[in-house]
Amino acid sequence: MKIIQLFGISAFASLAFLGSCKPKGTETAVSGDAAEKVYVAPGKYDEVYNFVSGGFNGQMNVYGLPSGRLLKVVPIFSVNPENGYGYSEETKPMLETSHGFIPWDDQHHLELSQTNGEQDGRWIFANANNTPRVARVNLKTFRTEEIIELPNSAGNHSSPFITENTEYVVAGTRFAVPTDDANGDVPINSFKENFKGVISFIGVNKETGDMNLSFQIEAPGVNFDLSHAGKGKSHGWFFFSCYNSEQANTLLEVNASQNDKDFIMAVNWKKAEEYLKAGKGRKVKTQYAHNKFDEKTQTATSKMEQEVTVLSAKELKDICYFMPTPKSPHGCDVDPTGEYIVGSGKLAALIPVHSFSKMLKAIENKEFSGEYDGIPILKYESTLYGEVQKPGLGPLHTEFDGKGNAYTSFFVSSEVVKWDIKTLKVLDRQPTFYSVGHLMVVGGDTKKPYGKYLVAYNKITKDRFLPTGPELTQSAQLYDISGDKMKLLLDFPTFGEPHYAQAVPASLIKDQQVKFYNIADNKHPYATKGEAESKVVRQGNKVHVYMTSIRSHFAPDNIEGIKVGDEVYFHVTNLEQDWDVPHGFAIKGNQNAELLIMPGETSTLKWVPKKSGMYPMYCTDFCSALHQEMQGYVRVSPAGSNVPLTYSLNNKADNAKSPVKTAVTK
Amino acid sequence: MKNNSLSKLSKILLITSGIGLIISIFVPLWAIYLEAPQYPEGLGMFLHANKITGDYEIINGLNHYIGMKEIHQEDFWEFKILPYALGFFAALAFLTVFLNNKKWLYFFAALFLIFGVAFMVDFYLWEYDYGHNLNPNAAIVVPGMSYQPPLFGFKQLLNFGAYSYPDIGGWIMFGVGIILVVLSYLEIKSSKKVI
Repeated sequence: MKIIQLFGISAFASLAFLGSCKPKGTETAVSGDAAEKVYVAPGKYDEVYNFVSGGFNGQMNVYGLPSGRLLKVVPIFSVNPENGYGYSEETKPMLETSHGFIPWDDQHHLELSQTNGEQDGRWIFANANNTPRVARVNLKTFRTEEIIELPNSAGNHSSPFITENTEYVVAGTRFAVPTDDANGDVPINSFKENFKGVISFIGVNKETGDMNLSFQIEAPGVNFDLSHAGKGKSHGWFFFSCYNSEQANTLLEVNASQNDKDFIMAVNWKKAEEYLKAGKGRKVKTQYAHNKFDEKTQTATSKMEQEVTVLSAKELKDICYFMPTPKSPHGCDVDPTGEYIVGSGKLAALIPVHSFSKMLKAIENKEFSGEYDGIPILKYESTLYGEVQKPGLGPLHTEFDGKGNAYTSFFVSSEVVKWDIKTLKVLDRQPTFYSVGHLMVVGGDTKKPYGKYLVAYNKITKDRFLPTGPELTQSAQLYDISGDKMKLLLDFPTFGEPHYAQAVPASLIKDQQVKFYNIADNKHPYATKGEAESKVVRQGNKVHVYMTSIRSHFAPDNIEGIKVGDEVYFHVTNLEQDWDVPHGFAIKGNQNAELLIMPGETSTLKWVPKKSGMYPMYCTDFCSALHQEMQGYVRVSPAGSNVPLTYSLNNKADNAKSPVKTAVTK
Repeated sequence: MKNNSLSKLSKILLITSGIGLIISIFVPLWAIYLEAPQYPEGLGMFLHANKITGDYEIINGLNHYIGMKEIHQEDFWEFKILPYALGFFAALAFLTVFLNNKKWLYFFAALFLIFGVAFMVDFYLWEYDYGHNLNPNAAIVVPGMSYQPPLFGFKQLLNFGAYSYPDIGGWIMFGVGIILVVLSYLEIKSSKKVI
């Protein structure tokens, strides 16, 4: 008996010993007061809004920090049956492109609008990586208001970074392709002759935020990866990292990694503006969709633009310069002063930091080491401020805290490294769990970072959360960076795949929220501004239902005389004039989606019944105590049937008056 | 000899009351606040001399559940009279000072008190009407339940907590009433002393 006990104890002890031999995990990385720092008590607000790209889900996710609570998913490039985005007649045009209706995209980067290099809380811009587009989301309504497609491009990756007064949003092509006015039907191995890397400058209206493709710059056929605008002293310049200076078109993982150095391209966009004014651009005939949502009519329209002005970097010598940067640079980040440009070579074992003032001097003194497809290459030493030595493996992105520190993410060594911009000395390193891609400091790419929190967005989560089969969540990790050392506070799973993110103090956003739409301002052509105005109108095989919803009924709620072969349009107006009272609308057998209609708004659902029968419709948002009663029927008769088209709303009180009305036929 | 002229204090306070009554024409007289789990921010309705402001349209929307009549400004004849009544009392205050006669003060005080009481009775009757005169076909009918808001203070009505209090104008009216009573008392006392 004793022997067995002894044996048991020693086995337990040896297990414990074995356990301690494993590498250290988070248990040691988290300090005692972490829970207190991320606890936001019920009823209290988070300190910061965190806008996180959705990656392959095509949407934008809004989290609160420091709690890591998901507040909202804003559909931008992907349809969202939950609220009808991309399904309602009003929002379908938002997803039109020159390739037709595209219901999804790959959303990588976000950028908040700025004034004087500081966040102003007005809009957030989003890129679509697959079918190149840039979107603008209004932060008063958290709705996508505008999407512009980018011609001459493929893979809009180095986007949607902005200049310090939101003069421009940029977009650079990740896949060099033949321009739209050239024949694209060429052998792929003619890359070097035919493929171009085009960069777009989208002008943003100061008052309305309306975008318009001001001009494009045609650069050599390389792959533009990431970018950031100059700020302060470097305002007027834009910096783009690129890889594949080898101009390979196959097995890029090897073939695009042959050169010791690729480039960061510096673009003097003020100069480009001068050339544009002087008429130096070439007009390229092309087609690109420009979609706008009008808040007054609550309807989006899609316009196909036909032309864009392209400036040639090769012909106009002094717009673009290449700064050699080691090993396929990815992140291209500019510090708050605008002086330092940090390139992160995905395969480099150091971080090069370029100096803006040295770059200007080098251009002035023509310290060129050669030309690349007609673009001057500056000497590496002439622009280099210095290199951070042995920072880690696989640097990707850098953000700043405004106190002279930089924070770089390392994918391969799975860590965040804090270093001093002036001395280039590593100050601290913390592991991430696991393989961080982007990282973000609150306001970390502006002139005045808010600092305090850093979030690492990780690609691999394996043992971090309860497992969910083969497909696992990706994650965000929150660090407190207010002290000398970074402190891990929290892990939270993310929605979609997070790439770049932005964050802003809540005070800049929360007090400007639209609570509902004033029904008096509703200019929707099918708005029904009161139950008395509700009606049904037949125009050939199209039936328009002018419907209202208010707690807790639709008007009309009974419709008869719909026939197979009819296209029914339910134009539902939510008559509520109060915050947080949306109504839903759904009907059986609908191949489309449902609607979620905000107070004062009109939304349209198209429904094409395929067979005769009885079709219930109801409200999908638990709107009130009598939400379950918010329902009705549509009777569908066979094609050619002579059931008259009628509609009604029977009040218990005036049942006897039989208010069944006959529909208008036009 | 009987001295009927007013004391200096009376004159100052009467002028103050007159100015106060003019102010009360332009500010809310009464406030009703509602609180419910669904409305943590609260709903407020403000009765002025000539109008209703605040969230009364939202309150109307909610009241349809219990079958309460909708509140509409044009249903109240009081809004047409009240500004003039308040103006009249302000003028009466100045007139009393001008005539410098105690009898006018007593007359003013009596008339204003009658007006104040009538104001509260009228307010109560409206509340009674809204609270009891319910649509029998309403979605929510709780047998025996009425929804009369409190005249003054707090009352729980189903999920809503209702508060009813004077607003700036109402407090001014209360103040004027108290001032008139106190002044009348002081003036009567001083008259007796002289005799």
